[in-house]
Amino acid sequence: MDKVAQIDIMRGVRLTAVRAGRFKTGFLSMTLLAPHTRKTASLNAVLPYVLRRGTARMPDSESIAAALDGMYGARIEPSIRKKGEVTMPGFWADFPDDAFLPEKTHILSGVTALMGELLLSPATKGGRLRGDFVESERQNLLDDIAAEINDKRSYASLKLVESMFRGESYGLSKLGTASDAARITVATLTRHYKELLATAPMEVFYCGAAEPESVAALVRQALSPLPRAPELVIPRTLNVTAVPSGPVKRVTERMDVTQGRLVMGFRLGKAMEDPDIAALNVFNAAFGGSVTGKLFANVRERLGLCYYAGSVIDRHKGALFVSAGIDFDRAGEVEAEILRQLDDLAAGRIDSRELEGARRAVISSVYSALDDPGGLESLYLDRAVTDESLRPEDLAAAAAGVSAEAIAGIAGSAVLSAVFFLTAEDEDA
Amino acid sequence: MLKKHEYPRLGEQCFTGTLENGLRLTVVPKLGFKKSMAFLAVRYGGVDRIYRQDGDLIETPAGAAHFLEHKVFEMDGGEDALSVLSQRGANANAFTAPDMTAFHFDCTDGFEDNLRLLLSFLSSPRFTEESVEREKPIILQEIRMMEDDPDDLMYYGLMNVLYSRSFLRESVAGTAESVAGITAGVLRRCHRDFYVPANMSLVVVGDQEPERIAQLAASLTPALSPRRPETVSPGPEKPLPAVMRTERAMDVGAPMFLAGVRTREGLVGRDSVRFELTASLALSSLLGAASPLYRRLYDEGLINETFGYDFENVAGFSHLSFGGETRDPGLVCLRVLEEASALAARGVDPDYFARRKRSVYGGAVRALNSFESICYNTAAGNFAGYDYFDVPSILDGVTAEDVRGFLAEYLTAEKCAISVINRKER
Repeated sequence: MDKVAQIDIMRGVRLTAVRAGRFKTGFLSMTLLAPHTRKTASLNAVLPYVLRRGTARMPDSESIAAALDGMYGARIEPSIRKKGEVTMPGFWADFPDDAFLPEKTHILSGVTALMGELLLSPATKGGRLRGDFVESERQNLLDDIAAEINDKRSYASLKLVESMFRGESYGLSKLGTASDAARITVATLTRHYKELLATAPMEVFYCGAAEPESVAALVRQALSPLPRAPELVIPRTLNVTAVPSGPVKRVTERMDVTQGRLVMGFRLGKAMEDPDIAALNVFNAAFGGSVTGKLFANVRERLGLCYYAGSVIDRHKGALFVSAGIDFDRAGEVEAEILRQLDDLAAGRIDSRELEGARRAVISSVYSALDDPGGLESLYLDRAVTDESLRPEDLAAAAAGVSAEAIAGIAGSAVLSAVFFLTAEDEDA
Repeated sequence: MLKKHEYPRLGEQCFTGTLENGLRLTVVPKLGFKKSMAFLAVRYGGVDRIYRQDGDLIETPAGAAHFLEHKVFEMDGGEDALSVLSQRGANANAFTAPDMTAFHFDCTDGFEDNLRLLLSFLSSPRFTEESVEREKPIILQEIRMMEDDPDDLMYYGLMNVLYSRSFLRESVAGTAESVAGITAGVLRRCHRDFYVPANMSLVVVGDQEPERIAQLAASLTPALSPRRPETVSPGPEKPLPAVMRTERAMDVGAPMFLAGVRTREGLVGRDSVRFELTASLALSSLLGAASPLYRRLYDEGLINETFGYDFENVAGFSHLSFGGETRDPGLVCLRVLEEASALAARGVDPDYFARRKRSVYGGAVRALNSFESICYNTAAGNFAGYDYFDVPSILDGVTAEDVRGFLAEYLTAEKCAISVINRKER
């Protein structure tokens, strides 16, 4: 098993370092954790992209690219992620391990320093972020928001989440809205940047061949200028156990598509009061999270009702989503069949083969993530956001013991809350 | 029976050999990983529509190879071996490319049993006329899903202007009409002719014992193998694209384009790797994220981070492509060609070239993290006659002059065709 160290770098900044010699590359990320709100979503989404454009020392993307080329094509990329109602602007990097390069270099120290520099020492003009960078990245953000429509499957999921969680910040896309993005200015972004740096907790993740202590020293040095306010803002996800009352929200949208997309959203309610993470994962695999699950085996393979049908759980928010690609005239039939499969699970109708398949799917996905630096990072970030202490290996062990009753309990607590249907524009739909 | 190769510079080794029945086998030991992967590739894909076997000229409908991929692992009772693998906790999947069909799985437990299952299904297909009919609606849905994907449509749009005859113009899944004409008989014949050990390559990556894998493979595949049929080309290509531009409107956020140029034909062996690396270095020097042109276009708001490039060597042809979202596809294309001609005239700065090369080297090292990438590239190398792990040493020999020659020869207006997806007004 890999040696994993967690080291406090400074107040609110924690390094998780996984020492593993089997990879060809090292992986490093620095991720700020902030509340996902209407006011700040677009600011958080645009910020890493603006910072990536230039630093005080390297004022344009070409000179940054030259520095990265010199480090054998190391990549440092901006990223924006959302887990529950926590938004995560930051950077990630991967770079060849020194052992496999023709000349002796120390790429990890170069990458760590450059990432710190991107985060803490941006190119400025008159004490503010540069206007041309803000302007063009705001336009890119607007383009990205507009491009959410390109992939119809993910677009349908976004629209479902938006209608299901109207009034909660979870319903807001990680990119925010076009109207908020259009209002970003140099002044608002600079102010937000300073406040975020001072108040947001930061997770630093490293995976590679280096000793955790030496990584900690590099990170400490790179982040030494990081300001820390007296009070940090610890982001939390709200209403995780809430179950809405009232009718199921239904939205239908018409578009020039050749295949219908049906998305259903459920709240998991009381299953989230004292959540059993392993059981949630095995439930999802048994329902629609793997090809051995009920949705794939029955709705797609046995009944041929759709091209794809799958489910995902957002354990941070306590929600379950089902997504299917279907014929336009079969939405009712597919929806009823999906609910029937869920009812079967709630009634304990799962045979030993299905149960074992679901457990194995979860164990295998956890172990596979351990063999992928990016997958490891996501697992550890999940832990940071939920404050849980389960290690990936513990999760796999717990999954092996999840019972049919535990799965029935979760299935029984799921309450359908919203349905989104993307269908054709023609009258014959 | 396997030969060991060492690549100390990359910290890798591999074991290769050809079994008596012609199956090519490569095992890449990866110590310390929990996961192992098996990848079985058949040299048969979307373009192998017409072929000669035993003196007969056989013509098959578009989408036959892809359809066969869906049915070949069907078991008695309608279940599929790939879903049995999933049932056991493996991550199993398959795909069809223009010149390859591949079946693969990775797992952290029970690798040998899983490999046994994968290999035991090769010799005798068990699908029936009814099960083939049952599959048609599923394949039609898959075709429809691609028709809603702007990237797919843009790509095939480009293939249709770049090529006048090659089956690269067609989606590997075929069309609703061509799929309707596929029968169990057609699939059985294609299976008999192409799914033969001498036309396959098995690659295993993980903490596995190479000789043990070789024994397993030998015991589970047919003892004898006929030769692979010869694929017949639909005819030579014209030297230049017949149409320079194709457009269509869709529900997309912003207009996007993909421009392309056909490059050399019939590339095999180390030459194909060298040519591909030359193309990568040329494109990365010209318009990669670290290039002056990229920065200028980005600063002017003409491109965003979706802008990128690609080079494909597939089914006897090769082509380069570049594109992304932009408000003005024609202008971006023009600026790329202008810069290419300027760069070809003045040559690539030696320092800049050295940095680009270092970056490409780093990329090759990084790719060795991915079991999928090792498997796919090793299988492709086995079919095309090169060793994937030789890529870094071949890279050493590519010069700035090669790159200059590539830019001068291929990045010209009369060779460059473009496929555009416009935004549909709603």
